[in-house]
Amino acid sequence: MNHKKTAALFILTGLITMVLGLVFGVVGGFQYILPDFLKEQLTFQTTRPLHVYLVISFIFSSAVGCVYYFLPGVAGRKLYSPWLAFMHWLCHSAIIVVVITGFFCGHFSGREYLEFPPVMALVILGSWSLLIVNFFKTMPIRFHHQPVYVWSWATGIIFFFITVTEAHLWVLPYFHNNIIRDLTVQWKALGSMVGSWNMLVYGTTFYVMERITNDKTIAQSKTAFFFYFLSLTNLMFNWGHHTYIVPASPVVKEVSYIISMTELLFIGKIIYTWRQTYIAARLNYSLIPYRLFTAGDFWVFLNLILAIIISVPAVNLYTHGTHITVAHAMGTTIGINTNLLLGCVLFVAFDRSPEFANRYKKYFMIGIPLLNMSLLVFWAALLICGVIKSSDTLNSVPFATMMTHLQPWFVMFTGAGVCIMISLFLILFPLIRIFLKKSD
Amino acid sequence: MRKVPVFLTLIIIYIAYSGWVYTAATGTVAVMNEKETAGKELFEVHNCESCHQLFGLGGYLGPELTTIISDRNRGPLYAAALLKTGGGRMPDFHFTDAEIEALLAYLGYVDRCATTYKTASANRLP
Repeated sequence: MNHKKTAALFILTGLITMVLGLVFGVVGGFQYILPDFLKEQLTFQTTRPLHVYLVISFIFSSAVGCVYYFLPGVAGRKLYSPWLAFMHWLCHSAIIVVVITGFFCGHFSGREYLEFPPVMALVILGSWSLLIVNFFKTMPIRFHHQPVYVWSWATGIIFFFITVTEAHLWVLPYFHNNIIRDLTVQWKALGSMVGSWNMLVYGTTFYVMERITNDKTIAQSKTAFFFYFLSLTNLMFNWGHHTYIVPASPVVKEVSYIISMTELLFIGKIIYTWRQTYIAARLNYSLIPYRLFTAGDFWVFLNLILAIIISVPAVNLYTHGTHITVAHAMGTTIGINTNLLLGCVLFVAFDRSPEFANRYKKYFMIGIPLLNMSLLVFWAALLICGVIKSSDTLNSVPFATMMTHLQPWFVMFTGAGVCIMISLFLILFPLIRIFLKKSD
Repeated sequence: MRKVPVFLTLIIIYIAYSGWVYTAATGTVAVMNEKETAGKELFEVHNCESCHQLFGLGGYLGPELTTIISDRNRGPLYAAALLKTGGGRMPDFHFTDAEIEALLAYLGYVDRCATTYKTASANRLP
């Protein structure tokens, strides 16, 4: 089994989980606007974890697939153990099947994002260890000479292990029986876990950009490393803005607020290099992965502005617990992660089977703009829902009445969700066919 | 740039900060009693957070539950009635009386801990 075949299996797994995740996401959307829709057969308490787990699986499967695909080329030597990589894929796929089956049978841990029973975490950590061994045994020992994307991959791989462990500290009574400790640690672990998958996604995107532009100096530049360390600091300490209303020590909030404001530097960089980005986007517009990266850049800009605004305590007071938080989560996972990851996966697809991939170019050309336009409507609908919920909460409007006020915007949000699913299907199904075919 | 020392410094600060978050930063509230713990376990195995939030963590299909017990418009009787039969979008989970009592005890504990949550609500402009 060579490493490229295993990488393709990971990517294929990611694409299939994304298709399923989108279907359950749309079913969940319809349960918002039609309260009795599948209320007894498939309740929202099942569709939501299915959707969340499957789309997160897409992010990890595809990102890990890309890392396996590119790693030997970056390291300049063969993958340490293709057999371990294949075993990793086998365990990874088995975990997905077991978790989904468990959800259908009603086995939950009741924890946000990681709703599978805690014993599965042990299996996930065991399977992830195979990647850790393969990654660090493949990379040369003199790590500090490596480009920034290798640092990002290493950070993402290590921190995923740490944060999955931390997210399951609740099994110990010391954490479980103190609600404030439990909630704070839960937010801490989840916030950093999102940072860990961002590291994998951004690292892969950086590498693909290097291949497209053929410029190896950027990944070794001081600016690249400055922003890497700034991202790492945010990964470690930025999570606290979710806990402003949790009565933990106020220092947690102060640290988080200060760290959140460092995100202004990212915005400053985007604005400062806007002209260069625009010129590069026009030059490379014919390349399909580049189109997705440009769209990802646009969403980085929008979501950074939103993240900074909702991190200000005086604003957070009104926005926390409203759909504005969901808009931020969806803007980052679909707008940034999905655009960037699909760009990387398309790059791999064109690398493996250029002629076969070219046959589906027209589907990608329609899917990409449709995805981003639908997402903009989806995002706006969530922001409006958030503003209405905040206003109704201030006026002590009963929950049932609040839901009636929100109904038209739920319809808009579900309609946009259906369009997102269709646009992504236009990209995902051709990609599945490409990865099912043997490489050229 | 000295990458390795910067990385190691951040890791050391992260470990120290995590240790503090696990202990002193979150050690100010009372721990749950047996009944409240049983209620929390029920809340978890039925995946209530899919629809409901506690301190803003959870889904949006159902109402926030952080202060449901002390809320003048809702309160423990309202919560017990919904737990007993379901209603609206909420399915009937067929909870026994003892399970309902445990869930109410847990929600009561959450409510008592929500000191900053209540201050935040009071500080919002009307």
